[in-house]
Amino acid sequence: MSILILAEHDHQSIKPVTLNVVTAARQIDADVHILIAGTDCSAAADEASKIHGITKVLKSDAPELSHRLAENLTPIIVGLADSYSHILAPATTFGKNVMPRVAALLDTQQISDISAIHDADTFDRPFYAGNAIATVKSSDAKKVITVRGTAFDPTKSEGGTSPIEDVASNGDSSLSNFVKQELSKSDRPELTSAKIVVSGGRGVGSGENFALIDALADKLGAAVGASRAAVDAGYVPNDYQVGQTGKVVAPELYIAVGISGAIQHLAGMKDSKYIVAINKDEEAPIFGVADYGLVGDLFDIVPELTEKL
Amino acid sequence: MKVLVPVKRAVDFNVKIRVKADNSGIELNNVKMSMNPFDEIAIEEATKLKEAGTVTEIIAVTIGPDKAQETLRTAMAIGADRGILVETDAPTDIGGVEPLAVAKTLKALVEKEKPDFVIMGKQSIDDDSNQTGQMLAALLNWPQGTFASKVELNDGKATVTREIDGGLETIEINLPAVITTDLRLNEPRYASLPNIMKAKKKPLDVMKPEDLNIDYTPRLSVVKVTEPPKRVGGGKVADVDELIDKLRNEAKVI
Repeated sequence: MSILILAEHDHQSIKPVTLNVVTAARQIDADVHILIAGTDCSAAADEASKIHGITKVLKSDAPELSHRLAENLTPIIVGLADSYSHILAPATTFGKNVMPRVAALLDTQQISDISAIHDADTFDRPFYAGNAIATVKSSDAKKVITVRGTAFDPTKSEGGTSPIEDVASNGDSSLSNFVKQELSKSDRPELTSAKIVVSGGRGVGSGENFALIDALADKLGAAVGASRAAVDAGYVPNDYQVGQTGKVVAPELYIAVGISGAIQHLAGMKDSKYIVAINKDEEAPIFGVADYGLVGDLFDIVPELTEKL
Repeated sequence: MKVLVPVKRAVDFNVKIRVKADNSGIELNNVKMSMNPFDEIAIEEATKLKEAGTVTEIIAVTIGPDKAQETLRTAMAIGADRGILVETDAPTDIGGVEPLAVAKTLKALVEKEKPDFVIMGKQSIDDDSNQTGQMLAALLNWPQGTFASKVELNDGKATVTREIDGGLETIEINLPAVITTDLRLNEPRYASLPNIMKAKKKPLDVMKPEDLNIDYTPRLSVVKVTEPPKRVGGGKVADVDELIDKLRNEAKVI
């Protein structure tokens, strides 16, 4: 049987993490379909049809799908489920919100946040904040899965020419309504797909001081992240948070500035290829995972680094 | 309004866990257990709503061993009026009671207790699944307000501000509904000693999964549990110049 991916998109274009999910899907089976559910989402569907390795695009285009409400998306996916052995989505706040609802209606025990695929039934998933990896084998006939994007390379976004087929929406559930969104505006790369991430912690001291982090990030073309402590202190918005309950990142280079390295934070960044730690406390646990630790005052080091790069 | 708050006994968030020598799970003997932090936030929110006069009764529910009664007592010390333990010796982190089975248990209790809404943690810090609230909402055909950082109740609706990947989103959901809590919804209080003493006298019902006709046979069998590859860190550089040199010529990442 085929595999269905629930794409994450903004109606115009596909979110990069979807490409990582395609790679995971193709490790299970070669026949991979992708669902674009949205409003006026032809552009996103066209983009999806070009993704390497996709064999069919399903497009559900309806007004009630404009804000990805789980109550409206779920019946569409459940309605398609008969034709699929596996249904996959990225383990983002979008996928995490919708997929358990789908799984429950299919009477399937979802497998969250998989980081490796052994066979069509057997998967690795981190738990206990990534301090242990469970290899689990599902006995459910149908698998509902969310995929940890950073654990799979993205597939090519070009090269495919799959057909686009329309799928009906089930209408508005009348259970929920979208009110508003307050999204952080930034010209920087997206945190979870950036090649370089510069993160600040409580040591940065204030929201104003985060300008130092921003300047370094801009010099490197990097995304900006933060520890939970920095978010809780109100220095930066919640969507900057890297860690167990925030975003999981695995860039080529992660620069941790003024971050002590609590377990919860390490869970979100320890798969980065290279880690730089800048902290005045040489006992800070962050140095235990850093390839290049620099002990000293971030208010001296960061401007110097930005200037010399 | 009446509210049901599911809570879970899990490894304390400060504990550094160890994988069992036979790779069958996590060593939980003689390890400090506490209420899952996200559930504490849920109890706190329900308690605040009760103090504001919106909520009249808070029922805390847990699934776990006899010792999970302590978790219910903690919930009652913060503000729950009574507790229900669905007692099982099956593991609750992996290879035992799974989120779907928990959601089915909660559905049965919702049908019995008829709360106006359910508020619970978005995930537990042991199995990290982040599924139960959404599954419960699906099984009841209720709307869901997940990852909440703000909740307002009025006129049979809840306005929920959600923490999403790009920032914040606000939705309005009809009651009854399931709300799951994120970190910044509130800061849970410490229970006072008088409230801890009072909690000991509050009603606590114990039942078995069979009483609710729920089957806890896991769907996911545990092949093995392993530690993630250890990261070799600890490298140091003397100054900014050496750092730049290493990043350019050794790591080749800039």
